[in-house]
Amino acid sequence: MNYFQEGIVWLNDPLNWTNPGGLLDRLVEHLVISFWAVLLGCLIGWPIGIWLGHRGRGGGAVVTVANLTLAIPTLALLTILPLTPLGFGKPPVVVALAVFAVPPLLANAYTGLRAVDPETRDAARGMGLSGGQLLRQVELPLAVPYLAAGLRTAAVQVVATAALAAFVNGGGLGQIISAGFGIGMSNGGGGQIVAGGIAVALLALLVEGILALVQRLVTPPALRPRRSRTASAAIPAG
Amino acid sequence: MPFLSWGPALLTPVAAPADDGPGNPWFSWRYVQENAEALGAALSFHAGLTAQTVLIALVVALPLAVVAYWIRPLTAPILALSGVLYTIPSLALLALLAPLVGTTSTTSVLIALVMYALLVLVRNALAGLTQVPAEVLEAAAGMGYGRLGRLWRVELPLALPGILTGVRLATVSTVALVTVGSLIGQGGLGDLILSGFRNNFFKAQIMTAALLCVGLALVLDLLLAGLGRLLTPWARGRVA
Repeated sequence: MNYFQEGIVWLNDPLNWTNPGGLLDRLVEHLVISFWAVLLGCLIGWPIGIWLGHRGRGGGAVVTVANLTLAIPTLALLTILPLTPLGFGKPPVVVALAVFAVPPLLANAYTGLRAVDPETRDAARGMGLSGGQLLRQVELPLAVPYLAAGLRTAAVQVVATAALAAFVNGGGLGQIISAGFGIGMSNGGGGQIVAGGIAVALLALLVEGILALVQRLVTPPALRPRRSRTASAAIPAG
Repeated sequence: MPFLSWGPALLTPVAAPADDGPGNPWFSWRYVQENAEALGAALSFHAGLTAQTVLIALVVALPLAVVAYWIRPLTAPILALSGVLYTIPSLALLALLAPLVGTTSTTSVLIALVMYALLVLVRNALAGLTQVPAEVLEAAAGMGYGRLGRLWRVELPLALPGILTGVRLATVSTVALVTVGSLIGQGGLGDLILSGFRNNFFKAQIMTAALLCVGLALVLDLLLAGLGRLLTPWARGRVA
């Protein structure tokens, strides 16, 4: 009756962790999918965001892209992409998750480069720095806090959304939950559902905590803003 | 259609063929026409759940934002709490709520959605409230407004653009998030997407439901933007 206690019991059974397709397998799957999705997102979002921010134009386009992806249901991409030439398995899931990782990375990279003090930029130009040198030696170092904030938002969102891959049998911790629903609420599945929910929630909070620490470490004390997350707050997790 | 007369086996064409040929197109008007009723029902369920979510979240978020605004020491805890709720993945939240509340009603989906909309609304309302200029507050105090009067007549109207931005963001993301409810069969258009996927990859159904979902989000966003223009006539010149 008490599903929460059943969930704790489920989590306390070592076999549920080490079985094939158990918690550990799914956790590794979850992290691997998330890693590739975030990497793909970085490879797309950062160069575009940095370039647009360096040139100082395209801000409207960045906002539009971020708002448009907000309206696309994850479930739609997860079900549509396997039917395209990408095929079934991990690739469509990674691409679908990367689509939702790009907006925070892009927007924060753009904001970070735009937030560089124009006087600093002028001074660098006055010292004879070329466009590329200005970007590498002045703008990028100053934008690191924003890039880190974007990475944190994107990574947390991808880890959270990766749970939805279970809808299309894409693996990950969400699979534990959907398998629980498959067993049925009253046949002992309730405990597994709760256990899966706890695992997914803890993982998301853990990733958030670790990346918050990383963000703090890579941000020089002088650049530590009081409201580092305001730029990224509006994008929801999965 | 003549195929109805071929035999009883074809009377119920439940599954679309699982190939890429002309039998399973990405979009088909015939599908839309033949399933207009089911599509309409899912769409209105989806829109209804979104409206309920945003209204409930607004009713909870506004007082929270005002409390966080009035009592400064509470600002950080309120934002942190809604931030933690926001970090918990929707699927996990649903998995934790569904056994508790029951899987046969929309209640658990509604609770999960409200929790998500909450952070966006509280944050934006608070941002709107804190950016009211100090001179305006002084002038209001000088005119004899009390705390509540000032809130109602001065601060909330001036925070309206911020609040409306929050409502727009919350609405658009809620429309997308409702689909997650299909985990327990309460996902509106998400149910159609998922059943289309499970029903031999019925592309037309998946695509139609996804397009309706995005369309609903955009229409609601435009409506709210229009409402915002009507409610804040003084801001029209400044907003690009």
